[in-house]
Amino acid sequence: MNDNPLIALAGYFALLSLFAVGGANAAIPEMHRIAVEVMHWMNDRQFADMFAIAQVSPGPNIIIVTLIGYHVAGFAGAAVATAAMCGPTCVVAFLVARTWDRFKDAHWRIAIQAGLVPVSLGLIGASAFVLARSADNNVYAGMVTAVTAIIAFATRINPLWIFAAGGILGLSGWL
Amino acid sequence: MSDSTAPPSPIAIRPSLSELFRAFAIVSISGFGGALPWARRKIVEQKGWMTAQEFNEAFALSQFLPGPNVVNFSVVFGTRFGGAAGAAVALAGLMGPPLIIVIVLAILYAQFGDLEALSRVLAGITAAAIGLLIAVVAKMAAPLFVKRWNSGPVIAIAAFIGVAIMQWPLPWVFLGLAPISVAFAWFKR
Repeated sequence: MNDNPLIALAGYFALLSLFAVGGANAAIPEMHRIAVEVMHWMNDRQFADMFAIAQVSPGPNIIIVTLIGYHVAGFAGAAVATAAMCGPTCVVAFLVARTWDRFKDAHWRIAIQAGLVPVSLGLIGASAFVLARSADNNVYAGMVTAVTAIIAFATRINPLWIFAAGGILGLSGWL
Repeated sequence: MSDSTAPPSPIAIRPSLSELFRAFAIVSISGFGGALPWARRKIVEQKGWMTAQEFNEAFALSQFLPGPNVVNFSVVFGTRFGGAAGAAVALAGLMGPPLIIVIVLAILYAQFGDLEALSRVLAGITAAAIGLLIAVVAKMAAPLFVKRWNSGPVIAIAAFIGVAIMQWPLPWVFLGLAPISVAFAWFKR
């Protein structure tokens, strides 16, 4: 699995696509584990950079896999990583969409959905932790994170403004 | 903009394949930091392809499924209005334009990623984005901690420790915790 980076990208992301309950935000820790810890494709800073780029890019945040894939193996890597991350879940979505009406009110369906909420909550919390560990290297960055968390929790401000403020503070050399 | 003035008709307006592609392309490039609010605006308020109730159900299905929610939603929606072709077209609309943009960004990053100024800007954005994640967690967690007898917080904390602290592979943590959590939800009613 380790010889060809395309096969590794395909295998890891296809598997991840089926376990990422809670979407892209829940998948961040596993992506970090694979890309930085296991495969050594990149360092912490590069991973955090790609996370930031995916956040400010238009479109679904899952697009971070395209950046990782490109970094690992150019255009082919980008294509393989994106297809692997979207493919399996799309096939499942297609199959389920056609039978949904039959079980949307079933007790087991409601139990599964309710039961997965705490799992995704823990995973998204882990995303914040893993990213903070790799990116918030000083007190000021930690303060930006804390203030942003409070603003985003208390208001319904468009995230773009928050990203812009963070980027300007970063450029100013404070972080 | 004349939105939401059309009377709710029992027969939904069926989008053509090219309309589907265009709608999801527009949704995806307008949707900074989450495309779902944009999808709702476009599909329910502007186009009238679904009622709010239908949208909520399709969204619930997308959340129920593993993987990125918006991607699931495009497939669910596309399937409903155009079968396999509809799903493919909606997905292509959703992923196509952002893919082109992000590939350009990836090329730029490969060139300039070591630039001091760029790296400082990205560090600032990351710090802010982590704050957004924490806010999401806080909003999701609030209802779980209200009820007294509830397995939710325990499961959430266990998932956090397994993935963030122990750094175990996600599939293990998922297979260990999800069945327990679902079982609790099943018996609680």
